[in-house]
Amino acid sequence: MDARRPPRAVIDPKVRTVGFFTPPDPIQFDSNSLSPVMIPPPCHSSENLDLHSPPSVTPPSGDESVSVTGSYNGSSSELFPAPMSPALSQKIVAGDGGVGGGIVASSFPRGGGVPVCKLTTVSVVNTDSFAFDERDKPNKGGGSSMEVKDQAMNSKQKNEKSSKAERRALQEAQRAAKAAAKAEGNKATGTVTSGNLKSAKATKPPQKVDNTSVAASEKKGVDRPSEKDRKKDVPHPRMQYDDKSRVEKAKRRAVVNHTESRNRVELFRHLPQYEHGSQLPDLEAKFFQLEPVHPSVYKVGLQYLSGDISGGNARCIAMLQAFQDAIKDYTVPPEKTLVRDLTAKISSYVSFLIECRPLSISMGNAIRFLKSQIAKLPLTLSESESKTSLQSDIERFIYEKIILADKVIVEHAVTKIRDGDVLLTYGSSSAVEMILLRAHELGKQFQVVVVDSRPSLKGKLLLRRLVEKGLTCTYTHINAVSFIMHEVTRVFLGASSVLSNGTVYSGVGTASVAMVAHAFHVPVIVCCEAFKFHERVQLDSICSNELGDPDVISKVSGRGDVNHLDAWANAENLQLLNLIYDATPSDYVSIIVTDYGMIPPTSVPVVVREYSREQVWI
Amino acid sequence: MLFLLMYLFIDLDASKIEGSQATAKQAAELLRSVISQQRLPQTHQATALISAVRAVGEKLIAANPVELAVGNIVRRVLHIIREEDLSLATAAIDGLELSAVSDDEDDVERDDYPVLSAAAVAAAARSTLRPPSLQTLLEDTPISAAIPHTSSSGGDSEGKSRSVDKSSRGRKLKHDVIEAVNELIQDISTCYEQIAEQAVEHIHQNEVILTLGSSKTVLEFLCAAKEKKRSFKVFVAEGAPRYQGHLLAKELAARGLQTTVITDSAVFAMISRVNMVIVGAHAVMANGGVIAPVGLNMVALAAQRHAVPFVVLAGSHKLCPLYPHNPEVLLNELRSPSELLDFGEFSDCMDSASGGSLHVVNPTFDYVPPKLVSLFITDTGGHNPSYMYRLIADYYSADDLVVKRRPATTS
Repeated sequence: MDARRPPRAVIDPKVRTVGFFTPPDPIQFDSNSLSPVMIPPPCHSSENLDLHSPPSVTPPSGDESVSVTGSYNGSSSELFPAPMSPALSQKIVAGDGGVGGGIVASSFPRGGGVPVCKLTTVSVVNTDSFAFDERDKPNKGGGSSMEVKDQAMNSKQKNEKSSKAERRALQEAQRAAKAAAKAEGNKATGTVTSGNLKSAKATKPPQKVDNTSVAASEKKGVDRPSEKDRKKDVPHPRMQYDDKSRVEKAKRRAVVNHTESRNRVELFRHLPQYEHGSQLPDLEAKFFQLEPVHPSVYKVGLQYLSGDISGGNARCIAMLQAFQDAIKDYTVPPEKTLVRDLTAKISSYVSFLIECRPLSISMGNAIRFLKSQIAKLPLTLSESESKTSLQSDIERFIYEKIILADKVIVEHAVTKIRDGDVLLTYGSSSAVEMILLRAHELGKQFQVVVVDSRPSLKGKLLLRRLVEKGLTCTYTHINAVSFIMHEVTRVFLGASSVLSNGTVYSGVGTASVAMVAHAFHVPVIVCCEAFKFHERVQLDSICSNELGDPDVISKVSGRGDVNHLDAWANAENLQLLNLIYDATPSDYVSIIVTDYGMIPPTSVPVVVREYSREQVWI
Repeated sequence: MLFLLMYLFIDLDASKIEGSQATAKQAAELLRSVISQQRLPQTHQATALISAVRAVGEKLIAANPVELAVGNIVRRVLHIIREEDLSLATAAIDGLELSAVSDDEDDVERDDYPVLSAAAVAAAARSTLRPPSLQTLLEDTPISAAIPHTSSSGGDSEGKSRSVDKSSRGRKLKHDVIEAVNELIQDISTCYEQIAEQAVEHIHQNEVILTLGSSKTVLEFLCAAKEKKRSFKVFVAEGAPRYQGHLLAKELAARGLQTTVITDSAVFAMISRVNMVIVGAHAVMANGGVIAPVGLNMVALAAQRHAVPFVVLAGSHKLCPLYPHNPEVLLNELRSPSELLDFGEFSDCMDSASGGSLHVVNPTFDYVPPKLVSLFITDTGGHNPSYMYRLIADYYSADDLVVKRRPATTS
């Protein structure tokens, strides 16, 4: 996307149909077909379209900022022809309905008269978030300062792209707008949001919005700290378990009693290798002694430990809901501030959960979000207000980033299934399962090959659910994958995380399946919600991984005859290794389906860079 | 003998015999007894033996066409008969040339070949597929030149009685063949040792080796290196759904090797830390492709990705002279689904109302194409995949490649 191109006139009806863009036809959206490759999120589905179906493009009024918008329309429509069609593109609501020129950038059109509270730049996910907005009202007072900052960060990169002259022109406009906004003060947002129901809507491209806020934030000097932030954002080196002093320290703090397993695998000394199975009764007994852990968190921890909850999304949702409960029951201790104390509390919960089972990357992202939400709580809010705001934030995260994201992914991925296809999937991914069921609902004729592997045998559970729904399935184990791959036309894989070098970090075996598919020239489609993306990089599966219970390897369920390893712990030279994850190199992946559309693995860092801010800020 | 035959058929059918080595050995023993019990006619002894072995061999192969070792052994035995026959003939010719007295012996011998001509003998010489070295060229020419002379001279001395002579020659052929088959059996049972002897040349200190499933050859190979005081680590992938890897790991650990059992799915994750993949094979095809336990194609691909040498150990009885066509399907065997799913596990959700259906695929073998194999180690040394066709040609005669065809055309 080259923004330096001179802005084109809006009149041009055939706005660049090059590449993967769908024609800018609003009917397209109603019929649910999405432009697949756009990174700027396309419209979700028809569910929210009714809110803003008739694009009400008002001619630019005399307002300065609006006129700038007009000049920008051309370039924007050139950049985002389809999904950013007037109905969907962002709108700036010039609050001229008695609010005194305050300009509020909003992420979603408010045709339905839903007030805005928090703003994100381009996420259409937010379009669906109006349901939460009403609950968010108490939080609104503090919202405005954050909005501006948020956009500053979001738009920074985009701003760099636009030419100097354009920027200067914009800055002029924005300065004026900013001055007005400043005059309004904190209260402005509140009034604007209520007032903007009647306000004239101006269709504005995202660039415009960004630039406005950037200019605003530049003045404030928010820009420079963001540079610092970025440095801070480099993920911390993780705990290395071969570092004796740190392990000792961690042990002293630990709640869960871990006994180190006897036959440790030398290569994985940097990862915790504990005996499994012994902690559960121990922990259960400890329940009444452990004061600091909230019962729901405790329950979730036990469920992680026993393996009752597995799968990235399920674990993440369970954790967030437990935190929600914990926040609900939380009271600020005397002489402490909510922000600090609650953060500490959450941290202690998190370390408890880590002791039960190491966090997945998606959970790490969710925790990061929650902590930033806590940190951003304005001091003016009362305790109960902060609590409700946090709870609704969590709920919104679950809804937008997981549930809605999955829906979008399903809608995208279903377009890749054709009649007569033989689809292969490995293990059990909730996203892939939804895709398969949706395609079946749509009446597509296809077969599914479920590949499974020991020791988890999650594929069996998936197979059961699919067969119950009436799909035609083939079941096999991972060793036979090159046997069955001859017949397969598409491979759908889930992922625990996608790292910014395009590596897909997923359940162990995924890499092998992707490799075999690659060797047989079968396209590999990875389905992963964008909140699971992470800026870390990884080249192999050894530096960072999780080790499961080695005992399950020695026991083969349903096969009494395989008992050669029953006394493995007594054999001196024998170790069992139960890896949980592996890293699929990006060249095996044909496409990654996320809630922002279908992207090649090379675009992952772009998504991480452009949207990780937004994730934190929602 | 019939009992033995029946026994082997049943075993082959039910795949009771584990491993191609045991199968090969049994097949060879069976053929030995077939040869020893075969009554040889006065003339056409070699032909009679060959057709007898062919008849049994055909049945053996039909009992389990996927078990290529049986076919290999049948072909090897046929080749042995031909070779012994030829060497007797050449010995006779040599004797004839030297003394020029007892030409009749040679006559009997030549009866195998309907047309007694230089071309026939040349064809016979070619069938042994000896390398066309300068020495053989020099050796062969006088023989073929001598033949027209012997045949023409032998024609007139037909009427003489040579019964004593003949019976002794018949016994000699049979005896030689049985000796050679014994040698073959010996070779099959000691092929481990010969392969294992080469272990030190390939495994050095602190190496990390990965293998999948279980193979006796691999076990002996690794242990041989261990005995030579090399210390190295072994990753064993368990090899679902038979989990032979557990057995191998237990054995290796008992013999003092640092062994780590991993799941099959973790092969790709671990291969980046592996120095060498050493696996056994079910059969080696003439193009250098390998019919191997299921899962090895995946391992080979992963090894190729990380430039890890993929070494296949194979005794000479596993070298198959055939070129594979669609080996994943045609040279495979689908085992029972019970190894993956319990009986009735899914019967509750298989009601016809929903229309869903479930297939379970459980193949036994994988085909590893030659480009993924770095090295073959056989009892005769290490070889490139591209050289296998030549190595294989040493063991088989071209006439026997298709065991089935000849009886069909003659009968």
